[in-house]
Amino acid sequence: MTCLLETTDLRSGYGAIQVLWGVDLAIAAHATVVLLGPNGAGKTTLLKCLMGLLPARAGVIRFRGQDITRLTPRARIRAGLGYMSELAVFPDLTVEENLDLGALFVDRHTARRRRGELYTLFPVLTEKRRQAAGGLSGGQRKMLGVAKALAGEPRLLLMDEPSAGLSPLMVATVLASLAQCRASGLTLLIAEQNVKFLELGDTVFTMEGGRIAFGGTPAAIQADDGLRRAYFGLGMSPRSTEGGLA
Amino acid sequence: MRSGFLRDMALVVAPLLVLFAVLPSVYDNGLLLLNFVVFLVLAQGLNLSYGFSGYLPFGYVGFFGAGAYGFAMLVTLAAVPPVLAVAGGGAAALLVGLLLAPLLRLQGAYFGLASLAASEALLHLIANPNLQDVTGGPYGVKLTIPYAPRLTYGLALGILTFTMALVAWLRHSRFGLQLKAARDNPIAASMAGIDIVRGRLAVWLASALVAGLIGAVFAWQASTFFPEAVFDIGFSIFAIVFTLFGGAGTLAGPVLGVLLLYGLYNAIGVSAPQYFQLTYGLLIMALVLFFPDGLAAIPRAWARRGRLADG
Repeated sequence: MTCLLETTDLRSGYGAIQVLWGVDLAIAAHATVVLLGPNGAGKTTLLKCLMGLLPARAGVIRFRGQDITRLTPRARIRAGLGYMSELAVFPDLTVEENLDLGALFVDRHTARRRRGELYTLFPVLTEKRRQAAGGLSGGQRKMLGVAKALAGEPRLLLMDEPSAGLSPLMVATVLASLAQCRASGLTLLIAEQNVKFLELGDTVFTMEGGRIAFGGTPAAIQADDGLRRAYFGLGMSPRSTEGGLA
Repeated sequence: MRSGFLRDMALVVAPLLVLFAVLPSVYDNGLLLLNFVVFLVLAQGLNLSYGFSGYLPFGYVGFFGAGAYGFAMLVTLAAVPPVLAVAGGGAAALLVGLLLAPLLRLQGAYFGLASLAASEALLHLIANPNLQDVTGGPYGVKLTIPYAPRLTYGLALGILTFTMALVAWLRHSRFGLQLKAARDNPIAASMAGIDIVRGRLAVWLASALVAGLIGAVFAWQASTFFPEAVFDIGFSIFAIVFTLFGGAGTLAGPVLGVLLLYGLYNAIGVSAPQYFQLTYGLLIMALVLFFPDGLAAIPRAWARRGRLADG
């Protein structure tokens, strides 16, 4: 399998605080990769660094065989990286304007075709296309975030906690739409705390203290006693209860 | 996107142009009509900056004055043909806009006040007695070029068309969409790969350019003026009030603002200033309280209310 994205000894942080302490990550094309880790493990920082929103202090990021470590976010989007942050949606703009913003860097023809496909995929957005995104429910807004990220036809979509702030029912809906993306051959990197997302993954990485602590298949993480306790819990840590609820 | 632009041009710009093209044949006061067009341009020019990047320059008149003086100096010192000198006035304002571009690092009221200070500084530079040979200093400008009311009026309408076409384009283009995203949420916009600085600078310069062009036309029409007359903060205030009253970010809003408020000003502002100011104040208060997004947002607000009632 060919590697779509690869990082070697990636280090980054904010001012005096270093967050990433040498991340080595390899993502195969068409794979769905789940990045698990507690708050503060560096998941968001890693995604930001991959997108170029935070400069790398050391290390290399290679995407489709090309060194993108020093490229601007715009150039990375053009190269085929997509990013869905927690701030993915512009509440004051309409649903359609949000989708158009997701497709800024593809040609108009592709953008229009893609918009049509996304309206078919997310019918609820079609009804609300002229409404301000701020008026959508939390789940619909998340749908819009996913659709907006897909509008630019990325090769690799980085998602920062798609389940954050959603009810269990909505988490299921998001999972279903991501399963569809996966089936279409899109490569996904999903940073999550919610272990439900493991069922989606081909590969799982766990992150702790700014490093990748474990990499393997979802089955391997379940087989490992320590990891199972940390992420699935045996009713001991509050984090595991949260995972269990969702 | 293209259809939206054409719809705006057909439904707002074309009727307005026809109205102002016909008015001189039925109404004699050409100076008043030109002033209307001047304020239409200033309101739409301010709309470019405030409506699409959120920067509200209280010193907007600085560009207007720079255009007037750029024009006057080209005509008097370099004997440039007046029509060309109008373009020069625009270029002068563009230059001032570039010089003031670092102000865009400031936000909100700080930006507004800094731009006001910059416009005052420019006024005092131009009105400096030591520069009398160049700018005319405190004694102002006396142009000797022929008075050409039809030509200046036509130029003003051309500048108005250009300005409104820019606003219409921003409303329906990808570039305008990026600006709106950056205005509403700069952090998320930069995450989406939008070049915020470039966008803001572009509308800032466009906004400076049109004010300079119309300032040049104003200077030609006035032919004799003092520095204070073309750097009068009243121009800024009127442009701001008209734009906010009508609705920033829209195309029809600033037009409605100018036609209603500047119309009201001319109807009673001169003869009964106290009633004018009372009416003005009450109107603005009502608008800020009930329709903070301006007149142009009222139909939208009603439509929303209707939908809520149905649902």
